[in-house]
Amino acid sequence: MSVVAEEHLTKDAAGGLYWQPAAETLPAAKLGELQIERLRATLQNAYDNIPFYRKKLDELGIKPDGVTCHGDVADLPFTTKIDLRDHYPFGMFARPRDQVVRVHASSGTTGNPTTVGYTRGDLDVWADLIARTLAAGGVAPGDLLQNAFGYGLFTGGLGLHLGAERLGCTVVPISGGNTERQLKIMRDFGATALSCTPSYAMYLADAARDRGLRPEDLPLRVGFHGAEPWTNELRVQIEAGLGEHALDIYGLSEMGGPGVGYECLCKAGMHVSEDHYLAEIIDPETLRPVPYGEVGELVFTTLSRAAQPLIRYRTRDLCTLIAEPCACGRTSMRMSKPIGRSDDMLIIRGVNVFPSQIEEVLMSIPSIEPHYQIVVDRKGYLDIIEVWVEVGEDIFAETMGDLERFQRGVQAQIYNVLNIQCAVKLKEPKTIQRSEGKAVRVIDKRKAL
Amino acid sequence: MKVTQLTVFLENRSGRLAEVADILGQAGINIRGFSTTEAAEYGIVRLILTDPERGRTLLHEAGFTTHFSQVLCVKVEDEPGGLAAVLDQLAEAGVSIDYLYSISFWNICFAVRDIDRAVELLDGKVTLLSDEEVRAL
Repeated sequence: MSVVAEEHLTKDAAGGLYWQPAAETLPAAKLGELQIERLRATLQNAYDNIPFYRKKLDELGIKPDGVTCHGDVADLPFTTKIDLRDHYPFGMFARPRDQVVRVHASSGTTGNPTTVGYTRGDLDVWADLIARTLAAGGVAPGDLLQNAFGYGLFTGGLGLHLGAERLGCTVVPISGGNTERQLKIMRDFGATALSCTPSYAMYLADAARDRGLRPEDLPLRVGFHGAEPWTNELRVQIEAGLGEHALDIYGLSEMGGPGVGYECLCKAGMHVSEDHYLAEIIDPETLRPVPYGEVGELVFTTLSRAAQPLIRYRTRDLCTLIAEPCACGRTSMRMSKPIGRSDDMLIIRGVNVFPSQIEEVLMSIPSIEPHYQIVVDRKGYLDIIEVWVEVGEDIFAETMGDLERFQRGVQAQIYNVLNIQCAVKLKEPKTIQRSEGKAVRVIDKRKAL
Repeated sequence: MKVTQLTVFLENRSGRLAEVADILGQAGINIRGFSTTEAAEYGIVRLILTDPERGRTLLHEAGFTTHFSQVLCVKVEDEPGGLAAVLDQLAEAGVSIDYLYSISFWNICFAVRDIDRAVELLDGKVTLLSDEEVRAL
């Protein structure tokens, strides 16, 4: 069975827009069949082309065509970020490089980023999923999307760009930063849609207010915000500040980026693109599936990716799945906003940061004391990160210049690895808290956005 | 002829400098001269002590990060051009100076956050000098 995906915008009776209505409103039973068919193809692709998966499946005695129902999924092996790192850069690709037309990457648990590859067909699917995302927010040709996600290795910028072009709206690739220019372009070009992180949306809203702009002075109608956790309270503030419907979008580079989950204008959870991603919620301790509606770790299996199929990838995001149909008419399950992490990953201005990465940098500096603390806070709407280190006698020379050089050196090394600006704070010895057993390395003072 | 200078790293926390002075004072170690340098969050204090070795041991035991270095102490004539005479010789020889401070210890300049309150607190208890009195020294 296959679903022929129409690539034209369709309006339903209530005025809701769909990019691929047949796929987006597939009855549950049909969707289930499609998922199993695609899952088998994914397993076969992984088994045939990725030695890592062949070994894992052989060890478990699992044959790709032996998987016949959703109940079999729980027997499949998990994939973690560490597995991806161990096969850096291209060891998890199922296609030779001459078929891979794009590579993106995100920060990994150590110095190596995790990479994601796309065939031309993968890019095609990605474009459609983001076109679905935009259509679910009411965007159509004639709209103008100001894409303020960063362009580069990060999947957000180029992903939204690709989907906007697929949909046929006008896309302005302004990328992140330069608030003055953002506000000018927004008004001069008449941007009706905005895509950026929620914290940047709030920053823009404040900047607009500071310049005496009222929400009605801005042409925006809808915003697509993601790449970091945010709350409904922040949604209310962004909507009031920018005069837009602020919609949550979900994606992770390992799954190809945005397009994995997206809110419709009902704003009642993110529709999971279930024809391309099989979602599960597991208990992160027992690794067993939890019933629908209960909080657990979100796990995805790709169903259509050719270049990089991933089986039961542990996202470490904690959320719930909602099985009840949405008022908009889409039949997919919805996922709640992630409410936390099952590991210690921090999200700083949209960048994934593991405390272990910072530790690794610090430990590579011979004179540094083994005691450090990471303090994360928020100034206005922007995250700031401080790294506290103790000044031992090995570091301490007798001029301020030496101390400042040391500070700047550590900051530069952290920037090289994490691509994030942090402030290194020098502390007196024995002032950073020691604790029995596992030290408290991270103090996150941020209140949920 | 060189002099041993003890340098101490201090976070900018209220009372930390007083703690250093207390530890030395209680041990009977006299501060012959000192200077402080500060950044936003930390500072360093440089000390010329009557017993630098013991001073360092005591401060180290109290948890301070310390450093020894060698400096020159020069007796400069108290007259116009007195300092220039020394500086000129070093400059001509191409010897650069990292920093210098005065260790004539008896009149100390304090830069404080709330000068009016400091005056109120200290007036009558210690000798505060006026502009005129400083000029007449």
